[in-house]
Amino acid sequence: MAKVSLNRIPMPRQDPLARSKNFNEVALGYTLEQAQVEAARCIQCPKRTCTEGCPVEVDIPGFIKALREGNMPEAVKVLKDKNALPGICGRVCPQETQCELKCVLDKKGAPIAIGRLERFVADWEVANLKAVGAVTKPAPTGKKVAIIGSGPAGLTAAADLAKMGHSVTIFEALHVAGGVLMYGIPEFRLPKDIVQNEVQYVASLGVKLALDSVIGKITTIDELLKDSYQAVFLGTGAGLPMFLNIPGENLNGVYSANEFLTRVNLMKAYRFPEYDTPVKIGKKVAVIGGGNVAMDAARCALRLGADVVNIVYRRSEAEMPARREEVENAKEEGIQFKFLTNPKRFLGNQQNWVTGMECFEMTLGEPDASGRRRPVVKPGSEFVMDVDEVVVALGTTPNPLIASTTKGLETTSHGTVVTDEATGKTVKPGVWAGGDIVTGSATVISAMGAGRRAAKTIAEFLKG
Amino acid sequence: MYKILVREELVPHIHLFKVAAPEVAARAQAGQFVVVRIDEKGERIPLTLADWDSKEGTVTIVFMEVGTTSYRLGALKSGDSIANFIGPLGLPTHMEKFGTVVCVGGGLGVAPIAPIARGLKQKGNKVISIMGARSKNLMFWENELRRVSDELIVTTDDGTYGRKALVTEPLKELLQGTKKPDLVVAIGPSIMMKFCAKTTEPFGVKTIVSLNPIMVDGTGMCGACRVSVGGVTRFVCVDGPDFDGHQVDWDLLFARQRIYLDEEKRSLQQWQCARQTCTEVQK
Repeated sequence: MAKVSLNRIPMPRQDPLARSKNFNEVALGYTLEQAQVEAARCIQCPKRTCTEGCPVEVDIPGFIKALREGNMPEAVKVLKDKNALPGICGRVCPQETQCELKCVLDKKGAPIAIGRLERFVADWEVANLKAVGAVTKPAPTGKKVAIIGSGPAGLTAAADLAKMGHSVTIFEALHVAGGVLMYGIPEFRLPKDIVQNEVQYVASLGVKLALDSVIGKITTIDELLKDSYQAVFLGTGAGLPMFLNIPGENLNGVYSANEFLTRVNLMKAYRFPEYDTPVKIGKKVAVIGGGNVAMDAARCALRLGADVVNIVYRRSEAEMPARREEVENAKEEGIQFKFLTNPKRFLGNQQNWVTGMECFEMTLGEPDASGRRRPVVKPGSEFVMDVDEVVVALGTTPNPLIASTTKGLETTSHGTVVTDEATGKTVKPGVWAGGDIVTGSATVISAMGAGRRAAKTIAEFLKG
Repeated sequence: MYKILVREELVPHIHLFKVAAPEVAARAQAGQFVVVRIDEKGERIPLTLADWDSKEGTVTIVFMEVGTTSYRLGALKSGDSIANFIGPLGLPTHMEKFGTVVCVGGGLGVAPIAPIARGLKQKGNKVISIMGARSKNLMFWENELRRVSDELIVTTDDGTYGRKALVTEPLKELLQGTKKPDLVVAIGPSIMMKFCAKTTEPFGVKTIVSLNPIMVDGTGMCGACRVSVGGVTRFVCVDGPDFDGHQVDWDLLFARQRIYLDEEKRSLQQWQCARQTCTEVQK
């Protein structure tokens, strides 16, 4: 047997200077040759630890084997057997902390680029759609399931249940399906055509999509259960933006990341005035927060023409929750970072526009509940940053609409819905929940994993 | 898609649409709003409900042409469809028997005040309505509002119809009268709502206003519509649109309504030029 290659094939990407001025996808994807060379590095070990690292248990060695043998339809089939959204996951999953971390080659510093291969296979299917046979629909069971929210959790649960022959309807409050995949993650990281392709795939399984449908307003969970649905899955995510609650936060030019990204991504403000929705872009933009959403907002602001974009984070670089890859991408594009810095208040002018941000310098103390070192204010360290736009990206909590209109759901003080972790079952009979509505803001794949686990127990419940 | 069944130009630049939206109509209550998006390239804008018919499955909206979206909406015809029509959103106006309620509708605000007056009257209140417009030719729904009110006072700024006054004048007289009203509900331009609230404040009469900030999703997701009420930040889309007018930070509302003035102008000009209705020639 040949010696294991440790030459992980790099992902071709747009040049940083060029991409900082456009919304085209940053990562360009492997060629077939690159994909097969990378796939050939997989030693097809019998332990299959990579699959254990995958929240939706994709048969990773299986699809990689088919790929390197050039059997692309088989690779697609193996991949989509467990993952209805491979084009999305291949782009936004944190593989470095999941499947790739578990790859036996990780110890040698060169895990198989599973995410890139997943993306390659998904994109191959889109480009060669007719090569893979049409979806065969199972015999209908006559059981109806309502899925609330069409983000990653809802789409995954819907796909799994539809594959078992259940009649599934997804209710979505916005005018398109996809949830955070559409309104949150920018085009340059996750093209919206890719999302809509995968939504269409889920629809092709027989899933009905009811858009513009705000549950809690047009109807309630209790009514859905009473009228015609045997089970309900809540996958409404965490859509309520957190603010700092400091003076000046309502000044013009201070956005929540949700608003800024919704305008840019969902409403396509980056194409204003061709599209009607505008977004303001300052010359000196500060983005508060250290997660992927902060990186996304900063990179959008840069692409829209800001001169300087600073990410302001109260801890140090080591504690930033954002994916390493996204931080590197942001740095390459020219995003600046102000670590150990926390806003005290926003300063504005007569017209209510933000003109500055008074900040504290911070130091790191003992670890807190999250295991990260707690940021502590350095007394007397206040200084003013010159800004004309601020995006607050501190995270989100669940929208209270569902919980407040549903009898008998248990929620935490953070507004998240309490479930049994293994099954996604809530304390209310017939109601499951999963994704950010349960965990608070987390990742696409963890939401998908929750959708998968819930679908499994919903199916058992429907049999019984 | 949501079909426009009836389109009526009530007065120049103010249109009424009756839209087929059975799910919205089934649950609509006075004081709530819908978010409308005309087509793929359109903005999401909030419009307060003017009427609805749950049996017929229709919702009536009344809007004024001011920006790109409302002009584009105004260019649609009966039989055309609107891509998205989402609602009913926001909290309904709180209704109970208060006693005597004064309902003030200014300009476009006459449309959303009508179902509120109707609801309050059904609850057994004595409803005195005041409707105001800049001029006679901008006046609409006088009979509609009269039908749901015990008394109706009509004002115009220029005196071309009814009494020559701003709506705050008869409002103040009612407050000074022998029978002080128990509640005032005012809907209209923000500046009018502010002055109605300022008028009632010295009399200690609770005054409900329906705020109309910029919104995007309308479901509590973005926070574009945040206002300060009693020193607390609230989202108009989910915590409102009705608030206690005495507690509203009006200057903040006005400032936040002006965020996109430049963009709105640019967008409208582009749209009008594309339709060759612009007066200025773009360089």
